[in-house]
Amino acid sequence: MSVKEIILSQIQRVAQEQNRELAQLTDDLVLLQSGLDSLCFAVLVTRLEDALGIDPFTSSSEVYYPVTLGEFVRFYADAAK
Amino acid sequence: MPPNDAKPLRERLGGTSGRFLVGFNASISFSDLARCTSFGGHLSELRRRSVLITARDQLATALALVELDGISRRLAICPPDLSSKQLTWVCESAGIDAIVSDYEAPIEHENSCERWHIDCCAGMKPVDHMPVGHERSEWLLLTSGTTGAPKILAHDLQSLTASTKVDNYSERPVVWGCFYDIRRFAGLQVFLQATLGGGSLVLAGGDESLEGYLARLIAHSATHISGTPSQWRRVLMSPLAKRLAPRQLTLGGEIVDQAILDGLRSFYPNSRITHIYASTEAGVGFAVNDGLEGFPASMVGSRRGGVEAEVEDGSLRLRSGRAANRCVGGDGSAVQDEGGFVDTGDSVALRGDRYYFLGRRTGAINVGGLKVYPEEVEAVINRHPKVRMSRVRSRKNPMTGNIVVAEVVLIGDHSQTTTIRTAELEGEILQICRKALAQHKCPATIRFVPSLDVAPTGKLARHHA
Repeated sequence: MSVKEIILSQIQRVAQEQNRELAQLTDDLVLLQSGLDSLCFAVLVTRLEDALGIDPFTSSSEVYYPVTLGEFVRFYADAAK
Repeated sequence: MPPNDAKPLRERLGGTSGRFLVGFNASISFSDLARCTSFGGHLSELRRRSVLITARDQLATALALVELDGISRRLAICPPDLSSKQLTWVCESAGIDAIVSDYEAPIEHENSCERWHIDCCAGMKPVDHMPVGHERSEWLLLTSGTTGAPKILAHDLQSLTASTKVDNYSERPVVWGCFYDIRRFAGLQVFLQATLGGGSLVLAGGDESLEGYLARLIAHSATHISGTPSQWRRVLMSPLAKRLAPRQLTLGGEIVDQAILDGLRSFYPNSRITHIYASTEAGVGFAVNDGLEGFPASMVGSRRGGVEAEVEDGSLRLRSGRAANRCVGGDGSAVQDEGGFVDTGDSVALRGDRYYFLGRRTGAINVGGLKVYPEEVEAVINRHPKVRMSRVRSRKNPMTGNIVVAEVVLIGDHSQTTTIRTAELEGEILQICRKALAQHKCPATIRFVPSLDVAPTGKLARHHA
């Protein structure tokens, strides 16, 4: 699975577990409007660290906060390179 | 004449012109706050009563506090997420005989209390004879305790406002925003600072989205904004973040790390950024403004702004007139030691000329400002028939500071268990957790391990900060 596929499947799993209605997962979706709250993102980032072996939020030297889903995926894909 | 800080809240509002408490559905002007009531002519019936304030709306809580301070003997302020069992327990422990609420609060109190309804949307009305407050009301604040029952801490307006700054903001109006809930200590500090310090305050609605609240803060040109590092991280992920222009932003309630300080600095280069260290027990401790995580070692062992800090066995201790007076109900343990110091339970380590926060000494995990006791979560995981034992611990998280993760030992030999069965077991355990625990207490991940260390005391080995 690609980084993007892993991220999307983990997002769906978190949403399902927390009974959240997900918005359509397009690249320009604003993360805060995705239906996931801050705790859902915290869970997502922890699971992605286990699945991908990286946490770009902590490892990157730049302080960066992705706003859209596309930026979020790119943030991980770049860190995984 | 009593000194100003001994007067009740309503008499300390200061200049009222152009100032508002802005809620999600309603807004109240400070001139109405000063001379009107939402209790009709019945406010004096709450005189010397022990009142539980449990409202769905933050604005309703704010009104009740302004109206009842000085009138009632006790004001027990309930955070929004208390269960019916916890509400009942608070009523019994605090000797509550009146309930002020904006909904039908589910309380089973044996000595039935009188219930009062507070409705912000209906507005406040002037009365001919406003009762004058003479009582030194006790403010009871709740914090999460080790056993699942909340801990009730008694303050008064003097201890709560010892660090409040009263300014004349007439030239540059101050509008506060607050991601904290005003029914908990940190949010209450913002409420009191805004109310007594000469500003306005914009409060979030119960079900309001962060985006919705941010849009209102922008519309009201919020100048001072407060929240936990986790709340600020979320704000920085919003497209609206860049449109906020606070003169001052404060953060606290959990460990403030360098990444969030740098993130805020790059988003808000012209804002004053302050980390405020405080706790419900110890009151407001100190403020750090130098843009660096931790705090200067020079703050320990000296007395600044009426607060003394010391470090004993790696634990931060504070002495000031801002601490809670006592603990109500529960085991009745004292808040302060004989020397007047409050052990904050926060572990700190000295590196160079700075102290850094390591976490809670009790092993409580701070998830986005909310405490989680590992034992409570382990007890729930252990209900699964296939689980022999479990250990819940904290894992660092860039969104909420920390998150809960679990290691689980299964009954029997599971070295041959298939990945599919493991995933099923994980799903089953997580489902039990979600049914029994608040969302922030549920583990993000479960790792199955062959065994867990047991310390010489016979207890599960925990590696606290």
